[in-house]
Amino acid sequence: MTMSILTAPEAISDTRHACYHCGEDCRDEVLHADDHDFCCDGCLTVYSVLKESDLCQYYAIEGAQGISPDPAFYKGKYDHLDQPEVHDKMIEFTDGRLTTVYWYLPKMHCSSCIWLLEHLYRLNPAVRSSVVNFPEKKVRITFDTPALRLSELAALLTRIGYEPYLSMDDLSGKKAGKWNRTRLYKIGIAGFAFGNIMMLSFPEYFHLGQNTSDQNLRTLFGILNLALSLPVLFYCAADFYKSAWSALKGRYLNIDAPIALALSCVFLISIYQLATQTGPGYLDSFAGAVFFMLVGRYFQDKTYAGVSFDRDYKSYFPIAISVLNDGIETRKPITDLQKGDHMLVRNEELIPADAVLQSPVAMVDYSFVSGESQPVERRKGDTIYAGGKQKGAAIELEVLREVSQSYLTQLWNNEAFTREKDDANKSLAARINRYFSLIVLGIAAVTFAFWFFVNKNPETAFLAFTTTLLVACPCALLLSSTFTNGNLLSVFSRNRFYPKNAHSIERLAKTDAVVFDKTGTITLPDDAEIDFTGEPSTRDELVMIKTLVGQSSHPLSRLISKHLADIPASRRVLTGFSETSGKGMAAQWGARMVKVGSAGWVGAVSNEESTGQSSRVYVAIDEVVKGYFTIRSKYRPELPETLSALRQAGIRTYLLSGDRPTDRDWLAPLFGEDALLLFNQKPEQKLDFVRGLQREGRHVLMVGDGLNDAGALRQSDVGLAVSDDINNFSPSCDAIVEGNQLSLLPGYIALARSGQRIIRQSFAISLIYNIVGLSFAVTGHLSPVIAAILMPVSSITIVAFTTLASNAAARRYLKKLTNVIKTT
Amino acid sequence: MSALYLLIIASLLVALGFLGAFIWSVRKGHYDDDYTPSVRILLDDSEKP
Repeated sequence: MTMSILTAPEAISDTRHACYHCGEDCRDEVLHADDHDFCCDGCLTVYSVLKESDLCQYYAIEGAQGISPDPAFYKGKYDHLDQPEVHDKMIEFTDGRLTTVYWYLPKMHCSSCIWLLEHLYRLNPAVRSSVVNFPEKKVRITFDTPALRLSELAALLTRIGYEPYLSMDDLSGKKAGKWNRTRLYKIGIAGFAFGNIMMLSFPEYFHLGQNTSDQNLRTLFGILNLALSLPVLFYCAADFYKSAWSALKGRYLNIDAPIALALSCVFLISIYQLATQTGPGYLDSFAGAVFFMLVGRYFQDKTYAGVSFDRDYKSYFPIAISVLNDGIETRKPITDLQKGDHMLVRNEELIPADAVLQSPVAMVDYSFVSGESQPVERRKGDTIYAGGKQKGAAIELEVLREVSQSYLTQLWNNEAFTREKDDANKSLAARINRYFSLIVLGIAAVTFAFWFFVNKNPETAFLAFTTTLLVACPCALLLSSTFTNGNLLSVFSRNRFYPKNAHSIERLAKTDAVVFDKTGTITLPDDAEIDFTGEPSTRDELVMIKTLVGQSSHPLSRLISKHLADIPASRRVLTGFSETSGKGMAAQWGARMVKVGSAGWVGAVSNEESTGQSSRVYVAIDEVVKGYFTIRSKYRPELPETLSALRQAGIRTYLLSGDRPTDRDWLAPLFGEDALLLFNQKPEQKLDFVRGLQREGRHVLMVGDGLNDAGALRQSDVGLAVSDDINNFSPSCDAIVEGNQLSLLPGYIALARSGQRIIRQSFAISLIYNIVGLSFAVTGHLSPVIAAILMPVSSITIVAFTTLASNAAARRYLKKLTNVIKTT
Repeated sequence: MSALYLLIIASLLVALGFLGAFIWSVRKGHYDDDYTPSVRILLDDSEKP
């Protein structure tokens, strides 16, 4: 393959170049190959790999959708995968010659990804087959074992941009599929039984076959119906009985208890009628009720494949870390780390255990653990706590405590993490249903007693009793909440808000206090407000600054580099580059000396280095101070509107930040005059604050993003994790929302509330049905056949009403969102 | 009347056949991923020239 790679000429053109691979604007020097532009070496490498294997059709499918590979990748990163104990956990199956893995590739995002990943065999012939499951973002790869090692496969995927997410924790993923299949079996069998029983019951519906020769048929139909309903009772409806029984053992009534009771009554009465030849029974209603309820629950509990709500700290940690043994680097699973081990942590890598720094200096970004937005400098001999990320050159650390005993993991010992949120008892449907079923049972009993003892008419007594139970079957009530919540779940997820389950929606509806985290939640994670104060720079000088800061991995340098997006960096004569950690950097640009850094570093006179509000970066050229950049964290632009909408809805707002009290003056009015803004909060303090609010009787919605919020998210009634990429990993929570959708929070809450209203309204509708039906039933005028028809009709009305009403509510409350989507 | 018995047995057998087909398809994982196959079928599988 021939390829010409030219660095861009010095001539600066203003035309924008979109990278042929990833589609991003090329911010630095543009690389050229085969008449295409590339923004970085990574993209170019992927392109050449694909071209070599004749896979350029990748770009024809959806255009430039490629992923720039992780620049932090280094050879040997996956060597630990070949260790037998790790190897066996990462694979699905092996017979010694062929191995199958089922890996999660979070970067997968479009149809060209599917195409490329299913053509892996072109990149490496040892790959036998690869099949993508796109909703789960997983790929199942079968490959020749000795020819391709697991580490090589992982490296191959990483090289083309699809770094696999490998975690000891995620191995339980296979269970979900099995569980889903069992539900489908149950729905299929219940549907089958329902349809056939209905068919066999048709003659009864229309009072056909009254003459004697049809009596045999009638008996046969009865027996067949009974046979068909047995699997429904013992297999399909088993979950209702199990759940009801376990609730009864725990001495409370859950929503499944009245259902189980109604189903048992209907079934027993049907058997009685069939055995005594007094009637056809109600097995069609029985099977239909089970079928509808299973379908309803399937929709309600449908999980979002690829979104995980229950991650703990283990998911954030790498599986393995480089360990130095007499200067030789090996990879070791972090669970095997022991006190005294020397580990090597590279740029952007997470420090997995509390350790003592051995290298001279380290810049540790604790934003994920504590919420501090600025990295902190640590010197040799300092203790570094687990959870920080190294920024800059690789550092060496001596492990102080094992991973499981680290400071960070202590939070998970808090009781908030061992307690399940009490759901089953609290849901609206369950509460209403409890009274409802008691009342129905009471009416049925009174009716029965009236006909049996007062009117001395046992036949009508049984008839009235059964029809009462049947008409008032609480299934319609159950359907109303399952279908409303199920529909809301899908509406929410279309708007990129992902509640964990129906119970989360019901709790969301009750919210009357919202607690926000600051860093990463209401601020933009990768953006900052940057102003330049000083004499205006020429374009040449800006190129110098951009090139210089481009050499550094310091976060402030990166922000400035991003700020100067329109300025192309140039690798021209930049000589004598030096960076002094914590101070700044300097280099020669031709004959000129460029210095960027702190006031002291460039020789500026300043009495305020960083004012608590912001950080400053000074620039000097040829020892003349040109001015300084002021860097402030940038808030989400919609924040004021969101907060005022929440307060108008009568919801109190609070701020809990692990950061320094920057921007307090700006934030305080937004949160309202009586609001609490707390800074320098430790994770435990956040948790206690939420608990304190709950003691006051408030229903707390906690909005957070990092591990430092994990405790508060867990303690709150609704823990909402903000993530700018939902495929990234967010702490254990009840709901996940995409960062740019956070402004819709008031709409989400309003929609959840209207969901509760819809459930109440549909209760009212089914109550009307019930009152009409009951008034006939108790007087003994309602034939069971009409009752059997009335029941599915009322169910269908309920399902249609809840679906239409919740869709209408979604349009009303999330209208703003559709406008946003249209404009972007 | 005997024709009716036969018909009923036949119709139930047919229905059972479909139920079996459904269970077989679930077991084979046809419902595990309801999105990817719809995309896959539209992607050309060009071979090396």
